[in-house]
Amino acid sequence: MSDTASTLPELATYHTGYRSPVTERPHTRTILIGLTVLLLCLFLVLPLLSVFVEAFQQGVGKFLETFSIPDARSAIWLTLLVAAIAVPFNLVFGIAAAWAIAKHRFPGRAFLISLIDLPFSVSPVVAGLVYILLLGTNAPIGGFLYENFNIRIIFAVPGIVLATIFVTFPFIARELIPLMQDQGTGDEEAAISLGATGWQTFWYVTLPNVKWALLYGVLLCNARAMGEFGAVAVLSGKLRGETVTMPLQVELFYNEYASVAAFSLASLLAGLALVTLIIKSWLEWRFGDQLATGTRPH
Amino acid sequence: MELALKNVTKSFDGFTALNGISLDIRPGELIALLGPSGSGKTTLLRLIAGLDFLSSGQILFGDEDASAKSVQERNVGFVFQHYALFRHMTVLENIGFGLKIRPARTRPPKSEIRRRALELLELVQLSGLENRYPSQLSGGQRQRVALARALCIEPRVLLLDEPFGALDAQVRRELRRWLREIHDATGHTSIFVTHDQEEALELADRVVVMSQGRIEQVGTADEVYDTPNSPFVYSFIGDSNSLPVRVDNGQIWLQDRTIGLTDPTAPNGPATLFFRPHDIELVEGCGGCLAGTVVTSRRVAGTKHVELEIGGAQHRIEVELPIEHPAATKSRLAFRPKRWKVFSAQEQPVYHTSPAPVPAQSVLLQRAAV
Ligand SMILES: Nc1ncnc2c1ncn2[C@@H]1O[C@H](COP(=O)(O)OP(=O)(O)O)[C@@H](O)[C@H]1O
Ligand SMILES: [Mg+2]
Repeated sequence: MSDTASTLPELATYHTGYRSPVTERPHTRTILIGLTVLLLCLFLVLPLLSVFVEAFQQGVGKFLETFSIPDARSAIWLTLLVAAIAVPFNLVFGIAAAWAIAKHRFPGRAFLISLIDLPFSVSPVVAGLVYILLLGTNAPIGGFLYENFNIRIIFAVPGIVLATIFVTFPFIARELIPLMQDQGTGDEEAAISLGATGWQTFWYVTLPNVKWALLYGVLLCNARAMGEFGAVAVLSGKLRGETVTMPLQVELFYNEYASVAAFSLASLLAGLALVTLIIKSWLEWRFGDQLATGTRPH
Repeated sequence: MELALKNVTKSFDGFTALNGISLDIRPGELIALLGPSGSGKTTLLRLIAGLDFLSSGQILFGDEDASAKSVQERNVGFVFQHYALFRHMTVLENIGFGLKIRPARTRPPKSEIRRRALELLELVQLSGLENRYPSQLSGGQRQRVALARALCIEPRVLLLDEPFGALDAQVRRELRRWLREIHDATGHTSIFVTHDQEEALELADRVVVMSQGRIEQVGTADEVYDTPNSPFVYSFIGDSNSLPVRVDNGQIWLQDRTIGLTDPTAPNGPATLFFRPHDIELVEGCGGCLAGTVVTSRRVAGTKHVELEIGGAQHRIEVELPIEHPAATKSRLAFRPKRWKVFSAQEQPVYHTSPAPVPAQSVLLQRAAV
C-alpha cells in the first residue's frame, strides 16, 4: 500500500480516501478555483470597488453633496415610489399566479408557466417599445386616456411603474411555483377537512409554508425594481426631476461629466445590491431548506 | 353515524378507479379496507371525505346525501398517509387548528381549545410534547398528532389512510393495539386503509377486501380467512395453494387421476383447486389423494413447511406439518386437503369442509374478542 503510494503519487489520494470520487485532483482543483476567484475579482469585485473609490475620491463632503442636488433627490424618491408600487403589485400577482399554477390543474397551465417567464426572455427595450405602441398618446388606448382624462402614461410616472412591473413580474412567482408544487396539496386538504374555508387555508397554511421563499422573491424583485434601466429608459422620456429614476440619473450625471455625483448615486445602488446579497445569503443559509431549492423532509 | 355507499363509481379521464362499490357501515364500526396498492382504497376514502367527486353513485351519511355537502360540512376526520401536519405550527396548535378556524359563533374560547387539545394529547400519549414542531417528532409521534388533530373536531366519521404504513414493524404493532383502544374509547365510526392483511384481520370489526376498484368480499376476519369467495381473496389473504384441476360429474381430477375430492355442484370443465397449507391431513397409501415429492423442508417457528412437487414436477405447493414429521427430501408424501374450494371458470364457488374436526386456525386469527 505505501509502495503503491510512493511509486504512483497521483493515486495516493485514492488510498488515503480523503477525496470523493467526483472531485478533481488537487492541482486541477487549485487551478479551477483560482481561475474562478480571479474572474470574479476582475469582473465583479473590482468594478464594484471602483464605484466606491470614484464616489469618495474627492472626500466624504463631495460625496454627501450629491444628495442635496434636487435632481438626485427626486430620482431617489421616484425610485422608492416605483419600487413601493411595483413590489406589492408583484407580491399579490406573484402569489396568485403561483397558487393557481402550483395547486390546480387546468388547461393552459403549461402555457401560463412559460408566459410568466416572458419578461426574462424579452429584451427590456422591446418591452418598453411595445408599451409605447400601445399606450403612447398617438395609440388608441393611450390617446383615449389622454384626451378624456388627461392621463399620460408614456413619458410619465405610470409608464415607469408599468415597465418596472413588467420586468420584475417573474421574480416572486418563479420563486414560489417550484416550492408550492413540491409541497403539493396535502396540507391544504388537511386544513379543509378540518373545516377551514379556502381563505383560512391560504392564510394559515399555504402562506406560512412559503414565507421565506416569498421574502427571498420580494428581495430579488425589489433589487431589480430599483435597478432597472432598459425598459424604464425607453418609457421615461427623461424629464429631469420628474421621470428620472436613480439608474437614469446616474447616466445623466455621467454624460455631463459630473463624475463624483454619478458615482455617489451609483454607490447607493451598489450598496443596495450588497445589502440584498447579504440578506439573500442569510436566507439561503438559514432557511435554504424552505426555499425553492428544496423542502424540509417532513 | 351510519354510512352507506351505493354503487359508488369514480373514473379519472377514462380510467375507472372505483367500480360500483356498495357498502353499509354500522355506527361505531371499525372497518378495514384491504387491498393491493392501486386497488382504489385511497380514492374511496377521499370520496367519502369529499376531497374528490363521485362519477356516479351515492354516499349517505345517516339519511343525508353527502354529495350536497362540502368537505367542511361533512365533518370527517381524515388522517393522511403522510400525516400532513402543519410544519410551522406546534403540536398543540396543530391539534387545536380545527377548532380555532371555526366561525365565531361556534368557536370555543381560547382556553377551552387549549384544554381540549391537551386532553387529546394525553389520549394519544404525547403529554409534554405540546410545544414541539412536527419536524422534532418521530414518525410514530407524528402519526399520533395527526390522529389527535382529526379527533379534535369530533368527527362523525374517522378515516385513516394507511395510518401505520410508514412506520417500522415494532411501532406498527404497538400503535395498532392502541388504535383499537382509542376506537373503543371514542366510539367513532372509523374506516382505515391498509395493504397489510395482518393489520386488517387483527384490528377491524369487518374487513373489506378490494381489488381493481371492486369489492371482492366483505366479512369478519374469520369469514374472509376461512371462506374466501374468490381466487383473489384466497391468494391475497393468508397462504394458499392452487392447482389446476378438472371437474367431471362432481369428481375432481388432477391430470389423469382422481384425488378423492368430490363437489357435486361444480360444473364440468376446467377449474382451480385452492387450499391452505395447514388445512391438510396426511394419508397412508394413496387411493384417491394428492401425492408429491418433497423438494425442500424448512422449519418456521413451531411447524415444518414442506414444499412438494405434484404431478411430475409441474406444480409446486406447500404444506405445513408437525415439526417431528421426518419429510426427507425426495420422499413421497400423500395427503388430502381438509378444507378446500374449487373455482370453475364460469360459476360461483361452493365451500367445503371435511367432516373431520377443524384444527386451530392460524396465529393471525387469535384476534378473538378484542
Ligand atoms: N388523481 C388521479 N388521477 C388519475 N388516476 C388516479 C388519481 N388518483 C388515483 N388514480 C388511480 O386510481 C387507482 C387507485 O388509486 P388509489 O386509490 O390511490 O389506490 P390505493 O390507495 O388502493 O393504492 C390507481 O390506479 C391510480 O393510479
Ligand atoms: Mg393509497
